[in-house]
Amino acid sequence: MWEYTSTVIDHFTNPRNMGEIEDANAVGEVGSLACGDALKLFLKIDPGSKKIVDAKFKTFGCASAIASASALTEMVKGKSLEDALKISNEDIARFLGGLPEQKMHCSVMGKEALDAAVANFKGDATKEHEEEAVICKCFWVSEKKIREVISANRLTTVEQVTNYTKAGGGCGGCIPDIQRILADVAHEKRVEGKTETPKMTNLKRIQLIAQTIEKDVAPMLRADGGDIELIDIDGTIVKVRLRGACSHCSGAKASLQHLVQDTLRRLVSNDIVVVEEA
Amino acid sequence: MTASRQVYLDNNATTQVAPEVVEAMLPFFTLLYGNPSSMHTFGGQVAQYLTRAREQVAALLNAHPDEILFTSCGTESDNHSIKGVLEAFPEKRHIVTTKVEHPAVLSVCRHFGKKGYTVTELPVNNRGDLNLDQLSDSLTPDTAILSVMAANNESGNLFPIDKIGAIAKEKGVVFHTDAVQAAGKIPLDMLKLQADLLSISGHKLHAPKGIGILYVRRGTRIAPFLHGGHQERGRRAGTENVPYIVGLGKACELARQEIFEESNRLRLLRDRLEKGLFETVPFTHINGDPDWRLPNTTNLGFEFIEGEAILLHLSAAGIAASSGSACTSGSLEPSHVLMAMGVPFTYAHGSVRFSLSKYNTDEEIDYVLLTLPRIVQKLRDMSPFYPKGASRVAEAGK
Repeated sequence: MWEYTSTVIDHFTNPRNMGEIEDANAVGEVGSLACGDALKLFLKIDPGSKKIVDAKFKTFGCASAIASASALTEMVKGKSLEDALKISNEDIARFLGGLPEQKMHCSVMGKEALDAAVANFKGDATKEHEEEAVICKCFWVSEKKIREVISANRLTTVEQVTNYTKAGGGCGGCIPDIQRILADVAHEKRVEGKTETPKMTNLKRIQLIAQTIEKDVAPMLRADGGDIELIDIDGTIVKVRLRGACSHCSGAKASLQHLVQDTLRRLVSNDIVVVEEA
Repeated sequence: MTASRQVYLDNNATTQVAPEVVEAMLPFFTLLYGNPSSMHTFGGQVAQYLTRAREQVAALLNAHPDEILFTSCGTESDNHSIKGVLEAFPEKRHIVTTKVEHPAVLSVCRHFGKKGYTVTELPVNNRGDLNLDQLSDSLTPDTAILSVMAANNESGNLFPIDKIGAIAKEKGVVFHTDAVQAAGKIPLDMLKLQADLLSISGHKLHAPKGIGILYVRRGTRIAPFLHGGHQERGRRAGTENVPYIVGLGKACELARQEIFEESNRLRLLRDRLEKGLFETVPFTHINGDPDWRLPNTTNLGFEFIEGEAILLHLSAAGIAASSGSACTSGSLEPSHVLMAMGVPFTYAHGSVRFSLSKYNTDEEIDYVLLTLPRIVQKLRDMSPFYPKGASRVAEAGK
């Protein structure tokens, strides 16, 4: 059984603002029957003040999908469009006191419905799914969505991407694509970071190396039953110890070391050399 | 989420341990704790209870006591069967099973698939039934083992293991059947069923968790599973789990005494639940073969809504059931059984399984018939797919 917070159970049992708004001027619809969850969000926006005066929803889905939709309507009511658009999927999850990791996609669905409704109000030619490159054919998830969710939630592993977007949770055929996108987003992050910090103090570099190993490298290894420990940093030389499932195989070890070095070069500095401490 | 009453309708997941079983087990935690292999009377006296339990199990299956092996669970029995037969026939590299097996069989087969074996997973039709001609054609001289379940845990569908056993025998292929859901619910007569290996799990028939049975027909070639001492005729080493074996023996004895009467009573109860829901709840479907199912199981698909939401509302009302929906399984797709049957997405996500036991009463079924339709309507009113003006659930209790 899932561990839902009492707030989730409350919003599931007594959903707020359930129903339709007959004269809604912003409607956002996301998800499908095949996907297992869907949300239709109705907003009434005051054309003058651009304030959301009413919000209602209809949901097909599990308890956390219903609770996320209920929470979303409570959060946007009375807000200006500008403020409402600042709501992230993390905010929805936080409002509910947290969601199980595997259910985070329900909060993402809420955020998407909100964006879709606002686009509908603005009369934006909402980009149809077909125009975008679809990565996950089982749940019809676009590359754009995967990129956005990775950036917004600082995701680093395929498993996280599946929990947040469902992509990769069906046949698994798109997992290599998701890995590519993860690497790509990490690379972009690094390029952005590089322009703002052209020269790095020693202290800052040490911190960044430690942080990158913990946040970006270790989760990848742990996902396969391995682990990494940072032993020392000496100038550009990073000494690590690799542990776990792959550590007795010398071939796997060499490629692991390469992977760690590659990631550190991408995210911290391209002169880093990773050595393995015996 | 504590309701005033509890109605347990998830007996294909696990069952209540029968009080008679608990009672039979207790002395083996206190006075009779000896090791049956010991040379002193203190231990030796325990051995006779093992013998008796083996006879009780054999009687339920109409088998010889020496064909009964005690294991730790149904999953172990399934693993032992497949791994043991593959080891005994190292030259044969082909496995045949079905797409709807329990993971305890399917995952083992797929594991060997990754190790170079060829695995044939037979499909089922939209009622969940196998094509026996296709099954027969799939067996080749290279086939080491055929593993087909006796009854499906989700749909309750029965496979004709008597006919399948005959086909396997004709083709000279070892036949294993996972009878975890069938045992205790329908009669299994090993003189008539031509299965070489058959798995049973204690906790599905009112014995505790942590004990299982593997029936091994005399003359079946199979390698040992646990190497060590001489226990279980050298096939499954390890000191016998005496209290649980005694409990399982008792559970089998009770099942044998009650099986005909109970299976009829449960069929009527299940049918009344199904009929009542069909009358009050529109857009409801049976997942499975209505004419060829376990008497205690019904798997229903409710259109436009999602299973986890139904289960949580039921649970708040004190009713325990289960679902093959994606959200409940922790995966993102509905159960592999419903998908293999081609159950449409419109109600695969909204599937709920009710599985009854001898402890369920008429009154409990009345309570479900009163409670569930309201839950379905509440969730449908919330669903964007529920068409405006579509029929609503009828007021129950008329």
